[in-house]
Amino acid sequence: MSTQLVDFDDAVARYDPVLGIEVHVELGTATKMFDAAPVTFGAEPNTQVTPVSLGLPGALPSLNQTAVEYAVKIGLALNCTIARTCRFARKNYFYPDLPKNFQTSQYDEPIAYDGWLDVELADGEVVRVEIERAHMEEDAGKNTHVGGHDGRLQGAEYSLVDYNRAGIPLVEIVTRPILGTGARAPEVAAAYVRTLRDIFRTLGVSEARMERGNVRADVNVSLRPSPQAPLGTRTETKNVNSFRSVERSVRYEVARQAAVLDGGGRVVQETRHFHEGDGSTSAGRVKSDAEDYRYFPEPDLVPLAPDPAWVEEVRATLPELPAARRRRLVTEWGFADAEMRDVVNAGALDLIEATTAAGATPAAARKWWMGELSRVGAQTETPLEDLPITPAQVAALQALVDSGRVNDKLARQVLEGVLAGEGDPEAVVAARGLEVVSDDGPLLTAIDAALAAQPDIADKIRSGNLGPIGAVIGAVMKATRGQADAGRVRELVLERVNG
Amino acid sequence: MPTFSSDEIARLASLARIDLTPDELTRFAVELEVIAHAVERVSELATDDVPATSHPIPLTNVWRLDVPGAVVDRDEVLAQAPAAEDGRFAVPQILGEE
Repeated sequence: MSTQLVDFDDAVARYDPVLGIEVHVELGTATKMFDAAPVTFGAEPNTQVTPVSLGLPGALPSLNQTAVEYAVKIGLALNCTIARTCRFARKNYFYPDLPKNFQTSQYDEPIAYDGWLDVELADGEVVRVEIERAHMEEDAGKNTHVGGHDGRLQGAEYSLVDYNRAGIPLVEIVTRPILGTGARAPEVAAAYVRTLRDIFRTLGVSEARMERGNVRADVNVSLRPSPQAPLGTRTETKNVNSFRSVERSVRYEVARQAAVLDGGGRVVQETRHFHEGDGSTSAGRVKSDAEDYRYFPEPDLVPLAPDPAWVEEVRATLPELPAARRRRLVTEWGFADAEMRDVVNAGALDLIEATTAAGATPAAARKWWMGELSRVGAQTETPLEDLPITPAQVAALQALVDSGRVNDKLARQVLEGVLAGEGDPEAVVAARGLEVVSDDGPLLTAIDAALAAQPDIADKIRSGNLGPIGAVIGAVMKATRGQADAGRVRELVLERVNG
Repeated sequence: MPTFSSDEIARLASLARIDLTPDELTRFAVELEVIAHAVERVSELATDDVPATSHPIPLTNVWRLDVPGAVVDRDEVLAQAPAAEDGRFAVPQILGEE
């Protein structure tokens, strides 16, 4: 059965897409949400478990105070109201990744609610996303399925479960319907998740590494014929774990749902899986009782009542958030808005700030990271932050340029050396002998040779025609293998000719 | 007085993963009705100014510091499982999941 798709642009010309996004973030606490099992990425299976993580009979949960603090930080950063009192609840379902047969979550009383987040798109347009709630819950274990995918071998298939992840604290952030994004819906969805990721990192509440599943998005999409029409039936694409996948999954769902509606059909409310390979989504299993979670208050945990004074203390110590920081830096650095956006989109903001802190001017730092280093990064398909050069080395290189010890051409060779692992800029200069010739002697010898080779040049210069001076500088550069300071050569040529 | 149909009991049983015979469905419908009726009497006392109570003891913010503690011995735990492999619990395949 092949899925019918409508061209995306055509779909958004005739339908109004509405988004709803649920983001789960794993908190970077030292221990789990309800027990003292350590949380370490990549540990051997089932070595970070306690009777609580395993749901053994009689095991009682004990709340992690730091997890509460992190949840409050997230709530505050998302402009939410922090609940004066809230409770945990049991969400009941049977699945081997949760040995208790319920997930400890929050239901009708989330710790944070009614917030908003401004999301900036690549071209600077800002979309305000309303946050309905942010609540605390625990992560589930990890299933690995073993066996062939041939239906006839079904009996031989089974799953292996690792409970190291079971009980890791999560905060789930739920948006209100995101309206009015039109053709930009895929972009808005991805930018929203990216903005959250940046905030988690800035707050220090999570490493927020997408590739490790620290941040996972469930993306709801629905279409309606016009912005005035009631909301359409939505689908929820689960566990999308990269920005690009978020964007692609929205595009696909818009195109797919438009085709369903065009054909006079109805969109089925269901969960869907995203497939990285071709960017498609497919229907998840329809579970008739899937939504019947029979939530009830968790009797083993007493209510949580964040002291308002403490919440205010936490608010006062929140770090500067990414959007505010960008606004401050664009002013401090004097970059144009478009330049700043390029810097942000290239992931160079931290690098430029660090390079500036190491002594370079913002303009020079930007020139290196957005110029030569971006070129190298693109060539080697390496993100800027992963290039084998530190901001301090970039600043040191710029200092060499500023002091006149290397010219631009030599500087690029020094950079090449640093990137090749030859050490700091100073070491590369010394090892490769790249310093500009500061001694006038060799320069004058080269100048005399150049002038002797083309005697008419001296006359032209003497008569005020400075054009040919470039030819002399070029010849001197060639003779010194680029290690001359062009400005100094120019001065010396003028002295020589007029002297 | 709340009443329960056999269908409702069957659904509850299915949600709780309990196999019930037709006889048990009928019997539990009657027994649950008695329980529900007993609980219903609480509403005679509950008035608008009494908020729903989930925890009878006025206690909040019971928590612990984020300090790692002891973990269980994996071999000991896996030895109690019906099946294990590669340090993990082996369970029947769940249909419809990747």
